[in-house]
Amino acid sequence: MLSILKSVWLVFLHLFRRKITIQYPEEKAYLAPRYRGRIVLTRDPDGGERCVACYLCAVACPVDCIALGATEDEHGRRYPEFFRINFSRCINCGFCEEACPTYAIQLIPDVEMAEYQRQNMVYEKKDLLIDGEGKYHGYNFYRVAGLAIGGKDKGEAEKESPPVDPKSLLP
Amino acid sequence: MSDVVFKLVLIATVLLVILHLAGFLIWVERRLLALLQDRLGPNRAGPLGLFIIVADIIKIFTKEDWIPPFIDKPVFVAAPMIIMVTALLSFAIVPFAPGAVILDLDIGVLLFLGLSSMGIYNVILAGWASNNKYALLGGLRMAAQMFSYEVFMGLSLMGVVTLAGSFNLSAIVHAQREGWFIVPQFLGFLIFFIAALGETHRLPFDMPEAESELIAGYHTEYSSMKFGMFFVGEYISVTLFSALMTTFFFGGWLGPVLPPLAWFCVKTAGFIVVFIVLRAALPRPRYDQLFAFGWKFILPAALLNLVVTGALVLWKSS
Ligand code: SF4
Ligand code: SF4
Repeated sequence: MLSILKSVWLVFLHLFRRKITIQYPEEKAYLAPRYRGRIVLTRDPDGGERCVACYLCAVACPVDCIALGATEDEHGRRYPEFFRINFSRCINCGFCEEACPTYAIQLIPDVEMAEYQRQNMVYEKKDLLIDGEGKYHGYNFYRVAGLAIGGKDKGEAEKESPPVDPKSLLP
Repeated sequence: MSDVVFKLVLIATVLLVILHLAGFLIWVERRLLALLQDRLGPNRAGPLGLFIIVADIIKIFTKEDWIPPFIDKPVFVAAPMIIMVTALLSFAIVPFAPGAVILDLDIGVLLFLGLSSMGIYNVILAGWASNNKYALLGGLRMAAQMFSYEVFMGLSLMGVVTLAGSFNLSAIVHAQREGWFIVPQFLGFLIFFIAALGETHRLPFDMPEAESELIAGYHTEYSSMKFGMFFVGEYISVTLFSALMTTFFFGGWLGPVLPPLAWFCVKTAGFIVVFIVLRAALPRPRYDQLFAFGWKFILPAALLNLVVTGALVLWKSS
């Protein structure tokens, strides 16, 4: 009986506590930098697209919401001709980010993506591509990869030794 | 003639105020519950979120009023009306201020007890007519609940009646000029309060509704305004019981400085707040626990209270 009165009194005292409500549109809740929200495509430090259109993200995606088509520019660099993410299907799992070998696709802490029309949830490449490097700075896939592209031959990448000539007997 | 006009105006005012108050309580309860849980509650629509009442009313009126095909139609339709009618009728005997009472009945207390017992039918009939197991369980629980508190609700008031020497509510208020009945009848007040919780089936005694176990209990099958009637009826009952506790135990309109009506409103509002705080604080018991509590503990206490009060009154008068 006493405990009932005590709990009523304690609950009553809560009337004067500080309220924990966050008044959303005016006040925003803190989202950690690693929060998995909206997806962006980033660029490398030189301003080129990071994505090499390898389709790994599209394969990794459990709900199949990524669609892209690969093409090559005049330097032999692969890049996506189109890149489409249907955010009405995306479950923000982040698998695409984990699968991506070039840090191109990244999830950022932004969740305000509400739309009135479902078709507007489909983001094209121009909506996804940003000008910055996102969460991973200073990484350029072609500078560390052994692939030969226009302006960079085999063996010219960072920390890469020149290719061995298998026909030569010299060490 | 002017008497009749006065009564008619009074009836209209009371109806208007009570119905609006019931709507207003929707907002009060939501805000207050939220504050008690360290939240802010609905505060967006209009100043302080007051327009949520309007939004709620629009919602309730524009929803489809669906009557399921498998129910007992006349009873199903009649059930929500019962609570509105009985709860509103009971206000006829409440004295709001000196002279401002619709029906100055000499058997006011009895009328109220009768009407409140009638009011319970809304839950039982709704539960029965819905032809749904959850609704039926809700109605069943209400019947059991009624058996546990109706017994001592009347008895708890008999102490007051003995002290005042009348069943007339105005006379009861007048009898409290020397001191409110809360002091000599503290036990009676506690018992009546518990009975009031059971009668209005509010938490902690909301077993017939129990949304965590019975979906929505007796009004599971109700929609639109029929559900709204249960909803509003509950608030009217809460207001009614707050008003009656004020009248029986806290001196009704009596009080210094402020006008009588203001005192009445302040006290009633206080009780409504207590109802809401209790809802936020207490868990719901099992209905057999309430049963045992009512019969083994409260009923003897109520009888004891009556006997002691009677003895004291006799001893004083002799
Ligand atoms: S976050 Fe998950 S669901 Fe969304 S695009 Fe990436 S892999 Fe697909
Ligand atoms: S975003 Fe990454 S994983 Fe997806 S195609 Fe481009 S490079 Fe491959």
